[in-house]
Amino acid sequence: MDYLLTEEQVMIRDLCREITEEKIKPVAAEYDEKEIFPWDIVKVLADSDICGVYIDEKYGGMGGGMMELCIVAEELSRGCAGIALAFAGTALGAEPILIAGNDDQKERYLPDIASGKKLAAYGITEPAAGSDVAGMQTTAKKDGDHYILNGTKHFITNGGDAEIYTIVAMTNKAKGARGASIFIVDKDTPGFTFGKKEEKLGIRASSTRELIFTDCKVPKENLIGREGQGFLLAMRTFDQSRPGIGAQALGIAQGAFEAALKYSQERKQFGKSISSFQGIQFMLADMATEIEAARALIYASARQIDAGVKSITKESSMAKMYASDVAMKVTVDAVQIFGGYGYCKEYPVEKYMRDAKITQIYEGTNQIQRNIIALELIKQSKI
Amino acid sequence: MNIIVCIKQVPDTTQVRIDPETNTLIREGVESIINPFDTYAIEEGVRLKEKFGGKTVVLTMGPPQAEAALREAISMGCDEAYLVSDRAFAGSDTLATGYTLAKAIQKIKNFDIILCGKQASDGDTAQVGPGIATQLDIPQVTYVKKIEEADEKSAQVERMTEEGFEIVKTSLPCLFTVVKEINEPRIPSLKGRMKAKKAEIVSWKAIDLDIDEARLGLTGSPTWVSKIFTPPPRPRGEVFEGEPEDVATKLVEALKDRLNS
Repeated sequence: MDYLLTEEQVMIRDLCREITEEKIKPVAAEYDEKEIFPWDIVKVLADSDICGVYIDEKYGGMGGGMMELCIVAEELSRGCAGIALAFAGTALGAEPILIAGNDDQKERYLPDIASGKKLAAYGITEPAAGSDVAGMQTTAKKDGDHYILNGTKHFITNGGDAEIYTIVAMTNKAKGARGASIFIVDKDTPGFTFGKKEEKLGIRASSTRELIFTDCKVPKENLIGREGQGFLLAMRTFDQSRPGIGAQALGIAQGAFEAALKYSQERKQFGKSISSFQGIQFMLADMATEIEAARALIYASARQIDAGVKSITKESSMAKMYASDVAMKVTVDAVQIFGGYGYCKEYPVEKYMRDAKITQIYEGTNQIQRNIIALELIKQSKI
Repeated sequence: MNIIVCIKQVPDTTQVRIDPETNTLIREGVESIINPFDTYAIEEGVRLKEKFGGKTVVLTMGPPQAEAALREAISMGCDEAYLVSDRAFAGSDTLATGYTLAKAIQKIKNFDIILCGKQASDGDTAQVGPGIATQLDIPQVTYVKKIEEADEKSAQVERMTEEGFEIVKTSLPCLFTVVKEINEPRIPSLKGRMKAKKAEIVSWKAIDLDIDEARLGLTGSPTWVSKIFTPPPRPRGEVFEGEPEDVATKLVEALKDRLNS
């Protein structure tokens, strides 16, 4: 389908496709197997001006927005979703600064993110606060010119490898959700350490670590927005980041589909290629249609964000939820089309299937997405 | 340091077919790319500029479509691009091409190093680079795999040979043809691609160059191609299996047979 991308967006897509084919696909299986963080690919992305596609030109970016971010996430994930996360996880970490950072914060942090010199990470989840974000325990106590952070963040993408962290912490626990605030924390801040790296089912080239804050002194200039705005800002961040997760899921689905379509024409049974059998044809047709529907939803929600539409929560959740459910289904079917070979690591589809699962879980499980969508529906049609 | 990179637009090597009737390349429907060896020359030219300052200019002779190759070179970091294109150049062999490019280089002026790929993937002659150097009467080093050091007056390079490599010190200006071991060409960046889209390509015809018309195109080309054909595939080697002693005996017998036949 022709989505009438701008000339620049086509250029971004083609460039990312080239990087995916030439640089990512050849190493995807090895980085997955050995859990290698893709620093060499980060360097390629940085040298290609990809890291800053969604950042203002004033800060060294390419001046694009959510649409450009989604195109990159989709294309890189077509090769490896784990590797793509070095980019996408950084975009998530940068999001609170982009949304609510002041000029000083933007000037201090965005240029290094745009140039690819530094990666970023977003820290909200805690061991006891996953879907129930408001239950977080990490605190930030004002002390003169500083805030003192204490607590532990969990499952943080790019944790330990990123240099810039945006962290949600309670500045006033008594106020509940209204007592949360977001801070920018540099990696080398005393009192900031890292726990174990998680060993995961998929996205294994991406690092996931625990962040531990022990009397970690963060200058008050690093508070984003005002005290107490953290929860609202975190939700706005998710509104902006969910189409990106959808794009990641979309790329995974597309990659698995392409592999399955090709294989179905090569594999011969009963003297014919298996693509000539209706059982396989119906699967391929469903896969392609659902992928296209997911893409249309993601692009529409991304364009809505770039156009400055105020109410984006419902559509962002729809895009994330639908695309990730499609990715799971498509990758399972891709393995099915490959049959026994699909179950083996020698072929790429089992990896796509493992990578797809996380997209139904993180940045709000798909059950939470359905809650959000339903609540928005009821809110909008209140009688 | 000012560098001129000479490139050629060629049909994508993976798609090349030859018309058995006319013995010429079938170009219809075949995508054109920069000669793969020339991409290493472009990369090296851009790296030299990044290291020593100055500018890197890219030059090609070819039909108007060759502009696409020049734009791609700009997207990789070249600063200026020149296209030498005229019907009078049609049918040029390596001698006429070398002459024409040398004339264009004399018009561009101010160069310290000229870089070429070691050969083109379509003709495979490896003659145009050396031809340019001869026409310009400057030194040349072929099959360069590393430019070790360079200053305004001289450069030291490693030249690949079948046995290993030679270290060659030369005065500048000099022409180098490069092999693929010299670097890994970059993927053109987004900013590079945007710059390339807008870049102005200088286009010269025969009349713009101080040139002897008798030495151009078909008239200036003494090369005569009698036949082009696809060589038969090399026959597969014979494999002897079994105990080492038996195998050795069989091998010696086979070699003897071959010698006698």
